[in-house]
Amino acid sequence: MSEGSTAEGSTTAPNPLRDPRDRRLPRVAGPCGMVIFGVTGDLARKKLMPAIYDLSNRGLLPPGFALVGFARRTWADEDFMQVVHDAVKEHSRTPFREEVWANLAYGIRFVPGDFSDDAAFARLRETIDELDRDRGTLGNHAFYLSVPPKFFPDVIRQLKHHGLAEAPDGSWRRVVIEKPFGHDLKSAQELNRVVGEVFESGSVFRIDHYLGKETVQNILAMRFSNELFEPIWNANYVDHVQITMAEDVGIGGRAGYYDGIGAARDVIQNHLLQLLALTAMEEPVSFAAASVRIEKEKVLSAVRLPADLGDASARGQYAAGWQGGVPVVGYLDEEGISPDSTTETYAALQLDIDTRRWAGVPWFLRTGKRLGRRVTEVAVVFKRAPHLPFEQTATAELGQNALVIRVQPDEGLALRFGSKVPGTAMEVRDVTMDFAYGETFTESSPEAYERLILDVLIGEAPLFPRHEEVELAWQILDPVEEFWAGQGQPEPYAAGTWGPPSANGMMARTNRTWRRP
Amino acid sequence: MIVDLTDTTAGAIGAALVQARHSAGVPAVGMVMTLVIVAEERDHYDALRASLDAAREHPARVLVAIPRPGRSQPRLDAEIRFLGDSGPGETVVMRMHGDLAAHAESVLTPLLLPDAPVLAWWPGHAPEVLAHDPVGALAQRRVTDSAASDDPYAELVRRSHGYQPGDTDLAWTRVTGWRTLLAAALDQPTGPILGGSVSCEPASPSAELLAVWLEIKLGVVIERIDTNGPGITAVTLTTADGDLTISRPDGRVAHLLRPGQPERQVSLIRREVAETIAEEMRRLDPDEVYGQVIGRVTGTAEPVPNPFGTQDVGSQTTGVSDTE
Repeated sequence: MSEGSTAEGSTTAPNPLRDPRDRRLPRVAGPCGMVIFGVTGDLARKKLMPAIYDLSNRGLLPPGFALVGFARRTWADEDFMQVVHDAVKEHSRTPFREEVWANLAYGIRFVPGDFSDDAAFARLRETIDELDRDRGTLGNHAFYLSVPPKFFPDVIRQLKHHGLAEAPDGSWRRVVIEKPFGHDLKSAQELNRVVGEVFESGSVFRIDHYLGKETVQNILAMRFSNELFEPIWNANYVDHVQITMAEDVGIGGRAGYYDGIGAARDVIQNHLLQLLALTAMEEPVSFAAASVRIEKEKVLSAVRLPADLGDASARGQYAAGWQGGVPVVGYLDEEGISPDSTTETYAALQLDIDTRRWAGVPWFLRTGKRLGRRVTEVAVVFKRAPHLPFEQTATAELGQNALVIRVQPDEGLALRFGSKVPGTAMEVRDVTMDFAYGETFTESSPEAYERLILDVLIGEAPLFPRHEEVELAWQILDPVEEFWAGQGQPEPYAAGTWGPPSANGMMARTNRTWRRP
Repeated sequence: MIVDLTDTTAGAIGAALVQARHSAGVPAVGMVMTLVIVAEERDHYDALRASLDAAREHPARVLVAIPRPGRSQPRLDAEIRFLGDSGPGETVVMRMHGDLAAHAESVLTPLLLPDAPVLAWWPGHAPEVLAHDPVGALAQRRVTDSAASDDPYAELVRRSHGYQPGDTDLAWTRVTGWRTLLAAALDQPTGPILGGSVSCEPASPSAELLAVWLEIKLGVVIERIDTNGPGITAVTLTTADGDLTISRPDGRVAHLLRPGQPERQVSLIRREVAETIAEEMRRLDPDEVYGQVIGRVTGTAEPVPNPFGTQDVGSQTTGVSDTE
């Protein structure tokens, strides 16, 4: 799956201890450090710092790894160390080991400051130079922008201005940005321009934490390592595809981010369209990131919106209700939300793909907050058998065959098919065959962030979207957002249900129904 | 739920497993392999616990065969733990009394999951040639633990004589961490390696395998130096610029020192058995690199540059020369 990775290995003789047959040896990052902007945020505390600890605990970080925090706090190194310590203790996946922590702690630094503060970036530069000298990070540093997107341009400009973006000879500088990558095509292009001016595209890592590399690889493995599925993976056999990401939570503390963005921009633009691309794309010539990307871009460029968006889309906003036995407030009553907000918390959309493989197969995408339960899945629903040689009553309970790729909570694969009900009467009913990947074991079922951070540090070309894909996705979504902008208030739905009635109407117009995931 | 079946048959055990799955309403089997453990009474508990932890990563049916040879009538006693009680797989502990002890494969054969690969593990005493053992012949991967032997080095030599592709030894699994760190160290431009040494507690089969691996891959003589442990305490590789040393005096934290660079530290923990057996379960095709290394332990391939180092040979290596 790798793309001849280690950046530094190219000019020197091959490592005699590396042997392609020796598959026990994991990929380990070479000497390096990471700078996190926005270390006081939730993401940094709950995900990034624990993931760094977990990597360290699994022996995948280089000796002498350095972690630099940058934020607007008057902290000393020790204060920051305490923050990381607490975050790791509370959120790490692997057991807390004092000696692992002690090692990590040696390399922890903190730089207080503002993104507009030149002195702070000068201090950051000194800190990095000091780490190169004392910790042996050899000039290799990754910058993780765990800050709201509106600060990206500032930070990136500062990195350039202070010479932090340029790697000394034989070393590297990389930058990691989190979704959302803009809020429409124009802003995405602007962001890409700003980042692209300073970092070349191979050094930019865009991450979508919903879509871990594990999922991408599972889908690729399922589709392309089996002979079983490929022959039926087309319009001859597939009736339609449903891609769902349902959350049971509300917006929580994210009012400031979420209001005005909404479900479609938050989830469909990146996550669901990525799942669509992986499910619909043709077979890549290899699993190298570049080849996979070509196929994803191809299929995304063939996605077409239906002519009548009113018929083929639905949007909703959760109202008060009962969610899993707990009464919850509606979106408009959430703290920080204006009572006349038109932001949607549920979005559903029908798309068509203009290729020979998928002509005539509708793809239904839906996402929402405060839905029935938390689930992300891709359901490929097959056509009915053309002829059923049974009495009509025998197959009354037979539905359509379906292959369900479950992304979360427990990743796996389920197959629904008809089976005879034991007994004297001939009666066929749907059954489910289910495969779940093993339960998470402490050592080797890494969090998405662990894999991502390791990919960044190793320099493995990411399976995550490049800016072309991001822009293609906005091209698909922008007209829908424009259409919705003229539609006024989204349709309310009670929290804890599966969305607004119009979403069901949208399916009913095509004589189909949503699965209950 | 745990069910005890005394004086039973493989058929009855298989029926009980199917029955349990039906009554739990679990329609399909998600287990990906069968793990067979052949252990003596004193070893089986720890091995079973480790395998249950490992089965969280690789859902497996775990079959524990405890031979109880002796003069009693042939009898099979089984203890079945069902799906969900002890982990994500099914577990059957079987005691095979009398002459049955020599025919464990007859009980195991009908209990192996269809098509799924089999890993056989001997946590203690193991047969001379694993692949020729009736239980070993059922398995794709055969795992031993030479460190559990009273004379680990002699045991390693036995493994070498009886080696067939598909065999591995946990002593080899235990050095993965060291090997990873060494390989990562040489990912950086280092220049040719001129020599080196492995320092370890006496009679460490892992250290011997590590040293042989370095000798094969680097084509230099690796000295063995006895220390008080724990385990492997240091590896030094000599380059034209000076020594590259990874030392781990406390069994926990490794210190990497290379010429002209500051000292770096990284944790390098001695792993639990569960983690090593999980590593074995990850890949079931033959470990060719292990095959190459174990082949050199007795010098059955080309002669090792200088098999027992250039100085002060440790007691365990002397012992080996005697065994041969």
